[in-house]
Amino acid sequence: MSLLELKDVSKVYGDLHALDHANLTVDKGEWIAIMGPSGSGKSTMMNIISCMDRPSSGKVIFDGKDITKESRRKLTEFHRDKIGLVFQQFHLINYLSAVENVMVAQYYHSMPDEKEALEALERVGLKDRARHLPSQLSGGEQQRVCIARALINSPELILADEPTGNLDEANENIVLDIFRQLHKEGTSLVVVTHDPEVGEVAQRIVRLDHGKIVSDKKNDNFSE
Amino acid sequence: MNKKQRMFIRMVLASLVRRRSRMIVALLAIVVGATILSGLGMIYYDVPRQMSSQFRSYGANIIFTPSGDESISDRELKSGISFISQEELEGYTPYRYENSQIHNIPVTLAGIDFGSVLKTSPYWHINGSMPSGDGETLVGAKMAESLGLSVGDSVSVINSFQMTADTDRTNIPDYEITKDPETGEEYCDHSLDLKVSGILETGGSEEEYIYVTMKDISYLTLTERGYDIVEVSVASMQDTLKSYTEKISSGVSEISAKLVKRVTASESTVLTKLESLVFIVTLVVLALTMICVATTMMAVIAERRKEIGLRKALGALNSSIIMEFMCEGLVLGAVGGILGSVLGYYFADLVSMNVFSSSITFRPLLIPITIIASVLVTGLACLIPIKSAVDVDPALVLKGE
Repeated sequence: MSLLELKDVSKVYGDLHALDHANLTVDKGEWIAIMGPSGSGKSTMMNIISCMDRPSSGKVIFDGKDITKESRRKLTEFHRDKIGLVFQQFHLINYLSAVENVMVAQYYHSMPDEKEALEALERVGLKDRARHLPSQLSGGEQQRVCIARALINSPELILADEPTGNLDEANENIVLDIFRQLHKEGTSLVVVTHDPEVGEVAQRIVRLDHGKIVSDKKNDNFSE
Repeated sequence: MNKKQRMFIRMVLASLVRRRSRMIVALLAIVVGATILSGLGMIYYDVPRQMSSQFRSYGANIIFTPSGDESISDRELKSGISFISQEELEGYTPYRYENSQIHNIPVTLAGIDFGSVLKTSPYWHINGSMPSGDGETLVGAKMAESLGLSVGDSVSVINSFQMTADTDRTNIPDYEITKDPETGEEYCDHSLDLKVSGILETGGSEEEYIYVTMKDISYLTLTERGYDIVEVSVASMQDTLKSYTEKISSGVSEISAKLVKRVTASESTVLTKLESLVFIVTLVVLALTMICVATTMMAVIAERRKEIGLRKALGALNSSIIMEFMCEGLVLGAVGGILGSVLGYYFADLVSMNVFSSSITFRPLLIPITIIASVLVTGLACLIPIKSAVDVDPALVLKGE
């Protein structure tokens, strides 16, 4: 059953077609890598999937519901309830500790719970660093806090934008292991990346070029 | 308090405490603004009091004269003075005038209290020294010149009168009494020997008198009586002074109290202009302070655009972000207002000590006014940049564009 559908979605900025009649389906529990060079439309697609941007034309259907014409407020609520975001730059609030950064996502979603936030950090192996500020954490640790924050509200889809772009190899492996674990648990993952090593671990690889989906294949090398 | 409210407070406190250096810059701008507002407020309200006190160097501003033929007695004087606030009363000097002679030249003696006269006539310039008591005199410069007197001289004042059966002879030595052999009438040349302690220079009519103590003038005239005029110096505004004169004139029928209009009218004019000047300066400084606080807060919020974008990406509604940032701003405004109202008092006191050489009056009402103004200004200064910052597209901000 499909969780997300992009139907003939285009995004136009003036004369530039950032996304050009794209069609994409993400099934529940699926792990998809969206790959392509810079300017291929990866970020535009991610913004549309995450409800932070609207398409110029086409439809976005999430969990059977057409959300294309929803109001900005409804989209914010929808995004908050259904999607967890992982950023390349981590984007942690620098004056909040690791656990507080996780609790912020709870705060805007429902009700903050420090115990649950600590459990989320434990899940990414950072329980002992829970009281540290982002400046006291390494890049890999910050990215894991970011993942814990994305997971805390049990979203239906984890959307990761270049999640290993700022990490060394060791930390990249840690993050990918976490993604594997999430996938095993049934979480849907959409990972935007230009790194072939990150793309190759996904279940399905979608390639973009000049705003068009140029290939959409199952990854034969995928292993659980 | 539920978990959400606790988290709200936790986030606001974390932002204030852990972003210390940024917050101190913002707080400093608010404290400076609040200090100037509070300080100028105190100066504005204290200027009339301070200036009234300064104006007292021009001399008395209320005059008591007898409303009838009788002089003003001590009891009547005290009764009249009791209508005036003791805090505003700078001093009062009663005068008793008597005619007399020195070297056969007619002179006017003025009986005064040498200890209090400078409170009502601080502009008096004395060559020599102020008489310390009975037997000494202060001679007006014009009188000293016409009589050829200088400091340290001795002078004999003569009171000539015809003796009657009622004349009290107790203090009259026999050698002062002469008898007309033809009519049998007795005449007395009662004398008082005085030492000239000082020569008075004022440039005014005060130089035409010879000043002695009340006791000496009573001895010379052989009569005890009240005062011909009382000069009163009150540190207050014209309206209050007018109300005092009306109350005294109606409350003590023997006294006619009047304003010295030459002094009070000019004081009032200067005060009104000075108050307007301080008011305008206060407004201008307040406007400049508001701009300074607003720009500082705008800068502080502008650098948090990325954080605002992140919060939106995490699902925060605009209203929620506005509330969090406003709360931070209001806490800063309140803390800045409290510090500013305390520092404002010291600032005003410093200005007052340097300009008026006296302490400022602490006005508690200015504390809540300063805090409220500080919170409002900071709130307003925060609201404008926050409103514009929450409209940012989180996708663009998070991409660093």
